[in-house]
Amino acid sequence: MPNVFIAFQRNEETRPIVEAIVADNPAAVVNEQPAMVKIDAPGRLVIRRTTIEDEIGRDFDLQELQINLITLTGHIDETEDEFVLSWNP
Amino acid sequence: MDMKASKKLSLKDRYNLMTRDLAWTPTYQAVQDVFPYTQYEGIKIHDWDQFEDPFRMTMDAYWKYQAEKERKLYAIIDAFTQNNGHLGVTDARYINALKLFLTGVTPLEYMAHRGFAHVGRQFPGAGPRVACLMQSVDEIRHAQTQIHSLSNYNKHYNGFQNWRHQHDRVWYLSVPKSFFDDAVTAGPFEFMVAIGFAFEYVLTNLLFVPFISGAAYNGDMGAMAFGFSAQSDESRHMTLGLEIIKFILEQDPDNLPIVQAWLDKWFWRGYRVLTLVAMMMDYMLPKRVMSWKEAWEVYAEQNGGALFNDLARYGVKVPKGWEQACKDKDHLSHQAWNTFYNYGAAAAFHTWVPSEADMKWLSEKYPDTFDQHYRPLWEHYAREQAEGRRFYNGTLPMLCQVCQVPMMFTEPDDPTKIAYRESDWRGNTYHFCSDGCKSIFDHEPEKYVQSWLPVHQIYQGNCFTADADPSQPDFDPLADVLRWYKLAFGQDNLDYADSQDKRNFEAWRSQATSN
Repeated sequence: MPNVFIAFQRNEETRPIVEAIVADNPAAVVNEQPAMVKIDAPGRLVIRRTTIEDEIGRDFDLQELQINLITLTGHIDETEDEFVLSWNP
Repeated sequence: MDMKASKKLSLKDRYNLMTRDLAWTPTYQAVQDVFPYTQYEGIKIHDWDQFEDPFRMTMDAYWKYQAEKERKLYAIIDAFTQNNGHLGVTDARYINALKLFLTGVTPLEYMAHRGFAHVGRQFPGAGPRVACLMQSVDEIRHAQTQIHSLSNYNKHYNGFQNWRHQHDRVWYLSVPKSFFDDAVTAGPFEFMVAIGFAFEYVLTNLLFVPFISGAAYNGDMGAMAFGFSAQSDESRHMTLGLEIIKFILEQDPDNLPIVQAWLDKWFWRGYRVLTLVAMMMDYMLPKRVMSWKEAWEVYAEQNGGALFNDLARYGVKVPKGWEQACKDKDHLSHQAWNTFYNYGAAAAFHTWVPSEADMKWLSEKYPDTFDQHYRPLWEHYAREQAEGRRFYNGTLPMLCQVCQVPMMFTEPDDPTKIAYRESDWRGNTYHFCSDGCKSIFDHEPEKYVQSWLPVHQIYQGNCFTADADPSQPDFDPLADVLRWYKLAFGQDNLDYADSQDKRNFEAWRSQATSN
């Protein structure tokens, strides 16, 4: 299955987001590069609001991801609760 | 006052209410008269409401997040400027990549702003219209933030001062300029496939991700900040590009051959522009995150491969030039930097021979080609330079009629032979660098015979200063062209080794690190 990926600026706002992604996507591979972090996952990657909220201890709106987002690939489906990237939905 | 909170709308409901629900069908005027450009390209759309932005971004949320991005960006730029951050970059060679960026890329951001404003106005569907409006505002933000952050370098270094003037005149800048002019003079659907999909989705990761990560690696927080801030919008642009192409293909089976021809064309047009990026990554960054070849493998071969694999269900095939582009990855940056080294007297930035350490890295990254084809060239130039004969090519190169890059690319299967292609049209012969560019010309000769080719224009006498007198025996045409470019000879151009930039940077850095 080809990878989807998402990349963020590497800072204190994205550290718990990356931890939440890793917790929800056991097959995800985290690749740290200068100033950025890229997460690859085979076929599908899900970002869950509640997992991030557990990490940061406050309410989180998934659209806040926009602020530190660098790039992504795959088809997107975003709701209040989940942000999903996938190939061949 | 009754402040009872009502239940918050879902993202889907909010998106519907604030995009499609705010649109209306005109009654005083015919729809065709309000949106006159949607028919002539042959694309058939039956139901515009089928388009939906999967981010479900509404204008209110857009302003909120963009304002947040701007606050973060300008805080970083201010801090960088206040602390003389420019002295923290690896060395002043790096700054030449920024000069190329400002003169070559920033004006394209502004053209993208204009292009998306136009297309957003012309699409009858509310979904694409709102997404194009957001992208149009994003693009002008990118142009502005790049100008702001690079203006700090302009205070200290040569070559930044006439960026806008030069974009419309200088030979290598006609490559990115003509690319975007080509796109904005196409119809609205072709523009979306050209810029929204082929450029944003397939190619811009190569421009902004490894190169900007490289800027951070070289200590340039300013460029990192504007680059990644721009790229955060880019995710939305890529998504618009992918969704619009799926939307067009789903609307009518007759759309497929038109879209495929645009993909073939615009992949190749965009890929040729990236020649400059390949060279920036491999030769202009003193410290490198990854080679052009590695970036191509990650962002084009793997990711583009997954994308076209996915789009195969619509009948879309990998663009025609793909295979050649994959072969070229071992050669592209070396051939490009060699060309700029040759024409280093006519460029508004400095060029140099890679150091021994740089060449060691290039050998490791390009084991199949560097030592065999390119190291001997650099070693030759270095010997000549050491003996006081730094080579500057004083002739003018032949340019490709379509991409406008000098004819410097080799045959896909023979790296020792320059590729030449030609076509005859209405009594004239036109020249091309590749099968890709020839094929683009052959489909639309009426458009590409109009190319403003810098070398042709110089020979026709259109690139001299107003008071030049070419009839005088001591007239130096190339010197006058540089004056017309507003390029200060001996200051903005020539080798880095002898540059004022290098001397100043070393003097200032030593002041910054000692008393």
